[in-house]
Amino acid sequence: MELDIIKDEEIELLLEDVSALYGYDFSQYSRASLKRRLNRICVVDKFASFAELRYRVINDSSYLQRFVEEITVNVTEMFRDPNFYKKLRTDILPLLGTYPFIRIWVAGCSTGEEAYSIAILLQEVNLAHKALIYATDINPSVIEKASKGIFPLRTMKLYSENYINSGGVKDFSSYYTAMYDVVKFQSGLSDRILFSTHNLVSDSSFNEFQLILCRNVLIYFDKDLQNKVFSLFDGSLQKLGYLALGDKETLRFSSLQDRYKQIQKHKIWQKSN
Amino acid sequence: MGTDVFLIGGSAGSILILLQILPHLDKDLPFPIVIILHRKSFPQSSLHILLETSAALSVLEAEDKTELENGKCYLAPANYHLLFETKRLLALDASEKVNFSRPSIDVTFESAARIFKNNVGALLLSGGNQDGVEGLLHILQNKGVVAIQDPATAEVSYMPQQALQAIPDIKLLQPDEMATFINKLKYNT
Ligand SMILES: C[S@@+](CC[C@H](N)C(=O)[O-])C[C@H]1O[C@@H](n2cnc3c(N)ncnc32)[C@H](O)[C@@H]1O
Repeated sequence: MELDIIKDEEIELLLEDVSALYGYDFSQYSRASLKRRLNRICVVDKFASFAELRYRVINDSSYLQRFVEEITVNVTEMFRDPNFYKKLRTDILPLLGTYPFIRIWVAGCSTGEEAYSIAILLQEVNLAHKALIYATDINPSVIEKASKGIFPLRTMKLYSENYINSGGVKDFSSYYTAMYDVVKFQSGLSDRILFSTHNLVSDSSFNEFQLILCRNVLIYFDKDLQNKVFSLFDGSLQKLGYLALGDKETLRFSSLQDRYKQIQKHKIWQKSN
Repeated sequence: MGTDVFLIGGSAGSILILLQILPHLDKDLPFPIVIILHRKSFPQSSLHILLETSAALSVLEAEDKTELENGKCYLAPANYHLLFETKRLLALDASEKVNFSRPSIDVTFESAARIFKNNVGALLLSGGNQDGVEGLLHILQNKGVVAIQDPATAEVSYMPQQALQAIPDIKLLQPDEMATFINKLKYNT
């Protein structure tokens, strides 16, 4: 049974500690999910009580990385939601091709699968030579993994199906070299990606982009924090630039909705002029 | 002990049962209905549309931070767990599968028990998976109302059977009794 050993007040205390000691502010994360994660970390790391978890977090700074990793959900895929990538491939990226240089921000990139997918698309529409992908995440350990470009071989079946469903026509395995149970993606792809840590809660805008992807990250934030992050994106997006969200996320009801136009039913919004 | 939300969980063999329940639900139910289905056999995002064609009330696919309204049905989207942020606000979570499932029935049932305490009703339908049983136990612990499809009527009886084993005195419902059972909860105040 999933334990439910955590009380709301205790969560607030822990979040205050983490913020004061380490500068990570999770106070505006969606409570429902946060509570599940905290319960889960107690079970997986065998803390008998919430107090034990709190003690460990406060007194062992080397545990923080693990804590952040468990609190933030890192599940990701290449070409997740193939129809979304199809839209990028056929309409959005070709439009961006008219710019002399294309800057794309993948915010909350997790272990990099999304960024590599975009890099493959850019190659296939012949724009890679003049494009740069900035892929960022709060969590340094996923960024380290992402920058290696090494993924488990067993995931390639799903990824290659996704790739084909997104309109890809090449042999997907031509993009990587298999070594035992892992694959390494071509360096031609990672050359177009700059991986770096960036915290959407506390860090500011660092460039101006024509396309920002932030998919399946905002579901973990409450509405106020979502709006704060939306203005960060707004300030980082060129006029007529595009903002892409996850399959179940929306700009509707947000502070930006009046100035952004949704592209048909896709989770892509264009900033107005 | 009023009902503030009613949950329906199902897996293999439960879509036809839902198509039987939905036309007979009262349009003015004073609580929302939240449906969690394993979607392996039906991954399209059009499932809510199919369900709605037969339903007396609207069936919506839940999105991030969807606000719940009484008398409407909300379907968990494929590939996300569905949680309650508050009594009126849904939240989605794309984390690990639970019981090999995402959405997982247990996850939503447990979240509902946490938020609604004893003001939850839940029904577990046909399926070949163990998902939902823990969730029912949580709801029961919080003194909510629980019921299952009579395993004898289930296309795949494993799931309700497991629930029956865990909760021997749980209420068994025939498919044609389910809508009435749910409708009557509005008098339960
Ligand atoms: C579920 S993953 C989504 C990965 C990918 N975008 C996708 O859709 O497949 C969510 C990611 O958001 C990151 N994240 C959570 N909070 C963040 C924050 N405050 N700033 C930046 N990234 C954050 C997590 O570390 C995690 O890698």
